[in-house]
Amino acid sequence: MNRVEKIKYEWFGNVRGDVLAGIVVALALIPEAIAFSIIAGVDPMVGLYASFCISVIIAFIGGRPGMISAATGAMALLMVSLVADHGLQYLLAATILTGILQFLFGVLKLATLIKFVPRSVMIGFVNALAIMILTSQFQHFKGESWIMYSMVALTLAIIYLLPMVTKAVPSTLVAIIVVTAIAVFAGLGIRTVGDLGNITSQLPVFMLPEIPLTFDTLMIIFPYSLALAIVGLLESLLTANIVDDMTDTGSNKNKESRGQGIANIVTGFFGGMAGCAMIGQSVINVKSGGNGRLSSLVAGVFLMFLIIALGGIVVQIPMAALAGVMIMVSISTFDWSSLRNLHKVPRTDAIVMIATVITVVVTHDLSKGVLLGVLLSAIFFAAKISKVKVKSYATTDGKKKIYQVDGQIFFASVNDMVEKFDFTESINEVEIDLTNAHLWDDSAIGALDKIETKFEQNHVKVKYKGLNAESRLLKRKIGGLSKASGH
Amino acid sequence: MYNKILLATDGSEHSIRAASHAISLAQVDNGMIDIVYVVDGETSKSDVLHSVDKYEVKKEREEMLQPIKMKIESAGIASELHLLHGEPGPTIVEFANENHYDLVVVGSRGLNKLQTLVIGSVSHKVMKRVDCPVLVIK
Repeated sequence: MNRVEKIKYEWFGNVRGDVLAGIVVALALIPEAIAFSIIAGVDPMVGLYASFCISVIIAFIGGRPGMISAATGAMALLMVSLVADHGLQYLLAATILTGILQFLFGVLKLATLIKFVPRSVMIGFVNALAIMILTSQFQHFKGESWIMYSMVALTLAIIYLLPMVTKAVPSTLVAIIVVTAIAVFAGLGIRTVGDLGNITSQLPVFMLPEIPLTFDTLMIIFPYSLALAIVGLLESLLTANIVDDMTDTGSNKNKESRGQGIANIVTGFFGGMAGCAMIGQSVINVKSGGNGRLSSLVAGVFLMFLIIALGGIVVQIPMAALAGVMIMVSISTFDWSSLRNLHKVPRTDAIVMIATVITVVVTHDLSKGVLLGVLLSAIFFAAKISKVKVKSYATTDGKKKIYQVDGQIFFASVNDMVEKFDFTESINEVEIDLTNAHLWDDSAIGALDKIETKFEQNHVKVKYKGLNAESRLLKRKIGGLSKASGH
Repeated sequence: MYNKILLATDGSEHSIRAASHAISLAQVDNGMIDIVYVVDGETSKSDVLHSVDKYEVKKEREEMLQPIKMKIESAGIASELHLLHGEPGPTIVEFANENHYDLVVVGSRGLNKLQTLVIGSVSHKVMKRVDCPVLVIK
């Protein structure tokens, strides 16, 4: 396929499927965008504008056709304290900076770095995200009546039971319509979206964030932007992999990083909060038949159309309905198979996963959980790989001893190795068999030099056997430097 | 009579049992058996989350289906593995109809009434909409 054909295929290869799926996604996006705005502590319009801008821009410049990006829970959870301490304008500035960081990430082709995030950390990430979305809903239950609780229960009942009868209409949408209708017509007087913010029926307009352009401002927003950039790319690239697998096609991860960056920059200037790709919405999109760029464009445009046309109705959606939807989002985000298999996976993997979750729940910061998870995995890996086995046996005449070394010899494993040699025996010769060992760094060479020196002090000759090519090169380059002088 | 058989599988115990029925039918007429496994959205999500990269995902799925393939091949029957993506029911139906199989063999998980109501039955969908005869193994 040449360039033009490829563009044509990505846009118009599946028009009917993309348009229908885009509409389904738009309907599912609205309650989520509103709920995530409320989590972040901003007006619902901030999330709705973000979802509109991001999904439309990503349709054109994203690297993974068929993937849906918008305002997300993962990002909203990172913004809470910034909004609470400094307000919306700082959030918009932070959104723009997030985009710049992500764009640079893509330009520098760093998307492959995601492979350094172990899967147990990714699993911990989604599980922590699910828990955080759930706990963020508890505030809506405080001091509420049984009417509110029963409306939440009704929402969940419709969401989970309706698909048994029909899958033709999205059950989430039906749940919201039914619960809203009951609340309006029965005059229940429970809290609605309108009580927590405004819905304005107008398109977003370009504006500069009203912040002082000083170094202090940068110092306030930079930590948030960095966390947002990392979490956004992590979830986006994970989602891209899932969509790759679902559609059995490939995608350009660096292009996606640049696209996410540009989308966030533009969104920040149009009064939206930072967002990223959404696993749940992307799965809905592909399942509903969407796999082209058109699906994301239709989702964004139709969402904005609905807000402009039906803004007056949207404000009447009870919080109970949104809380119900968020509980469903939380349940479907959680990776339940990780609980079922917890006793089967290696213990260190389980510890990393749980530590990631706990860190996030305690710090309310997904990026800190990921950081700790990666560090912990690295330590466990080093501990695992630094186990060196040394077997020794003497020759029949007792004059010579052979040490067989198995494993990776590097800074973390050398102490272990040296301790396993016995320097006090009265023998004439020692042979160190390194056939199943690899020397990695100057600590490894230093350790061998140390062993050699100690044996030589007792007038024992040391010979090496089975050094692989790379290790031999390393030994020749730096060997002897750390040995006592005079030899 | 049945030369070209399609064995729809989810890698479970039931589908291994279905394989032995497919084998006995194929042996009658020296036929061949293709294996089809469909990856749905939820499976994609959890497989990708639990694997390092797409090559590992593919390898793990193939390894999961290896016992079935071995079983067929050790009976001296030619067999090919097809990994497809989408909703299991419709995807199997489309694949079976497009490639003109003589028979589709599908395992049933033996769900109770409530489970069938809730998660629906792939074997039921396949039975209703595939053009050729369908053998459901209980």
